[in-house]
Amino acid sequence: MAKLVTASQFAEPDDAYVTLVQARRGLSDEAAADLDTKLVLILANHIGDLDVLKEAIALAKRAK
Amino acid sequence: MAQNERKTIYSYGYKRCADQDAAEPVRRPVVVVGAGPVGLAAAIDLAQRDVPVVLIDDADRIGEGSRGICWSKRTLEICDRLGVGEKLVEQGVTWKLGKVFHGDDLVFAFDLLPEEGHKMPAFINLQQYYLEKALCDRTDEFDNLDLRWRNKLTGIEPRNDHVRLTIETPEGPYRLDADWLIAADGARSSTRDLLGLQFSGVTFEDKFLIADIKMKADFPTERRFWFDPSFHSGQSALMHKQPDNVWRIDLQLGPDADVEAEQEPARVRARIERILGDIPFELEWVSIYRFNCRRLDRFVHGRVVFVGDAAHQVSPFGARGANSGIQDAENLAWKLAAVLRGEAGLSLIDSYERERTQAADENIAHSTRSTDFIAPHSSAERRLRNAVLDLADRTEFARRMINSGRLSVATVYDTTLSTPDEDAFKGSAKLGAPVPDAPMRTPKGEGHLLEHIPGEFTLLYVKNGAPPKVPDGVRLETVGADLSDSDGSFAQRFDATPGAAYLLRPDQHLCARWRHVDAAKITAARDRALGRN
Repeated sequence: MAKLVTASQFAEPDDAYVTLVQARRGLSDEAAADLDTKLVLILANHIGDLDVLKEAIALAKRAK
Repeated sequence: MAQNERKTIYSYGYKRCADQDAAEPVRRPVVVVGAGPVGLAAAIDLAQRDVPVVLIDDADRIGEGSRGICWSKRTLEICDRLGVGEKLVEQGVTWKLGKVFHGDDLVFAFDLLPEEGHKMPAFINLQQYYLEKALCDRTDEFDNLDLRWRNKLTGIEPRNDHVRLTIETPEGPYRLDADWLIAADGARSSTRDLLGLQFSGVTFEDKFLIADIKMKADFPTERRFWFDPSFHSGQSALMHKQPDNVWRIDLQLGPDADVEAEQEPARVRARIERILGDIPFELEWVSIYRFNCRRLDRFVHGRVVFVGDAAHQVSPFGARGANSGIQDAENLAWKLAAVLRGEAGLSLIDSYERERTQAADENIAHSTRSTDFIAPHSSAERRLRNAVLDLADRTEFARRMINSGRLSVATVYDTTLSTPDEDAFKGSAKLGAPVPDAPMRTPKGEGHLLEHIPGEFTLLYVKNGAPPKVPDGVRLETVGADLSDSDGSFAQRFDATPGAAYLLRPDQHLCARWRHVDAAKITAARDRALGRN
């Protein structure tokens, strides 16, 4: 049973996207990768559900 | 794998024994191969249970090198039952705090035994040769334990109900028959080779420098672990105190380190001077290691039973090697004794394999995860690891992910030897685990619970009128009569209520408990714990 929510949850999806863009604007690839890695850890803990995490990883690995 | 030869610390002599002159091979109930911590513990435990034991070792000495240094609470409790626990604690450095640094900043600290009322501490540090010496001395106290130095196992012929062994000595070979052979001959087990058995698991590429140094320093007795310290940039480091002003220093060198060059004293000294600055020190022992996390698929092969490093190996982060080996020995000893007395069948030996492969898998999983965290396999994995460390000073979740070694605790057996609970129990006592210790007063004075569970089936009964009748072979200890709960810790840890009863196996593991019990239930649970059903 899928637990991962993939329906849009942000009232303003463009605001969410631009927030992520602004976070990495001007960063080197290295610094952006460091940022993303920390974000993954912070958000994964916020979700706090290993099944959701595994589904998200599977989805990310599939999407090309 | 150690790269250098060890100096002798204690020497023992070869002595000819009568078995060498017998016309036909003499039959022995149990032969143990390997007089390291695990083989010694197994032999003493069996001898205490009135099983005659021959313990053979191909060397005639206890070698230098601290090797194992951290002895866990459960190991100390077992050693206490074997008669050397208090001596070890007296000799060792007691500790329970661990600190983890990132760079030079403290990010995380842990307390391994935050509650009082246990006879044994969370951990002591003590050079392995002192532990081996204490156990060797103890073997002298048994007439039914024959320790034979320079007796090397060179052949095993499996028979239906025994094995025929060929043993090489300085005066030539002799043969010996054994109902059971316990292989405690370590990571490079020759028993394993003689039977052609293979390990499955992983070898880690990273090399580590382990140095024991002698110095006078007032550093704390805590376990201190650094990720990427300024004195050893990009790698990890560990520092830990031992007796005699000896300190264990463990430095990650990476996968490409040159094993020969890294052991040169000048090079080692330079690395250590970067940590210590001006503090003078002497090098006691240096070795370069690579770690394995692997085990035999099966620990029982007919009449040959593998214990300790001969059966399984882990990385040292977590002190799960020798400690789990001593727990193998304890698990096997009472079962083998029961089988040899005819009280149990071979299914009880199968339960050794099930319980201790469960423990080995748990230890290997912990040890593999720790090693993955300490020595990431790629730059992408390193980035993730470093992100955890960077977040650790501001977030609890990241601190809990930091893994510098999850230290050895006893396994909670998920085992058919336990009788499932019919009543609900809270508290820290768990079915399938060694029972928690607690202060206990007797007419002789203050003491601890585990001192009153010397190695037989024991029913701990909480007084409420007349005690239940117990079957032969089960001791009864009544809390509220023979023993009294000094400060309420027992009641809390066992969730004890009047009339409650707890059945303990000979290895002090809880195998059944009830709010109210009768003789039939106790007998059924005891039979189940002997694998009779």
